[in-house]
Amino acid sequence: MPAGTLYRGREGMWSWVAHRVTGVLVFFFLFVHVLDTALVRVSPEAYDDTVAVYKTPLVAFMEYGLVAAVLFHALNGLRVIAVDFWSKGARYQKQLLWSVMGLWGLLMAGAAYPVLSHAFRELFGS
Amino acid sequence: MTTENTTTPASGTTAVEGERYSPENPAPVIEPPRARTTRTPRSTRTNFELYGWLFMRLSGILLVFLVIGHLLIQLVLDGGVSKVSFAFVAGRWASPFWMAWDLIMLWLAMLHGANGMRTIINDYAQRDNTRFWLKVLLYTATTFTILLGTLVIFTFDPNIR
Repeated sequence: MPAGTLYRGREGMWSWVAHRVTGVLVFFFLFVHVLDTALVRVSPEAYDDTVAVYKTPLVAFMEYGLVAAVLFHALNGLRVIAVDFWSKGARYQKQLLWSVMGLWGLLMAGAAYPVLSHAFRELFGS
Repeated sequence: MTTENTTTPASGTTAVEGERYSPENPAPVIEPPRARTTRTPRSTRTNFELYGWLFMRLSGILLVFLVIGHLLIQLVLDGGVSKVSFAFVAGRWASPFWMAWDLIMLWLAMLHGANGMRTIINDYAQRDNTRFWLKVLLYTATTFTILLGTLVIFTFDPNIR
């Protein structure tokens, strides 16, 4: 640990950093998402044309990234709640983080095919 | 919470968990960082930060279910994003259940995100003016987006064309 810093490194600090980064990313997407959904009040065509962008391969990978950010923020958020409210939460915060990462990896593997398959079909033909 | 500040009891042993304090060996008094007086600005005399902290946890638990359910429906089940269209939205918002789901999710997610951004602005923007204007921008964008989303859910018209 470098001298003269409050940052302690390891699981505690890096999960805190990742929680901030994923939170900001999801919040910015939320603005875009409310705006694109608001197009249903303009016309069906305006909405369908915009949603077509979400179905392109490049944006499909960004959606997979969004799922990654949301899942980490959700699972680590539950870990934060456990640290705050469960009497043994603080003692097991590292184990809790590695459980979060394990579950996150599992869910990301499960989400890969449903979220990305249409992008692969479009890129490489069915 | 640096280790240098750990109080060493009179006996010379380091403080360990389960240390017994008694009238002869009183626990060290920890000064509050800022004592509240009648001259403290009104905004820091309330428990706003406590309620904000609690809101993040309560809304967070609800959002885990609301948002992961939303992602399952929109991105995973039944063809993923490829089935999303105006007709799909019209089908879902025909049901008050999904309107309520989306409305609650919109409000909770926006307020949860705005409060998180407020914390981040307070942490990193050092000049008073910068903090003030970043928060003006944040609250304006948040209010606009919540109102727009609410309006869209309540005024949705499947027969717009």
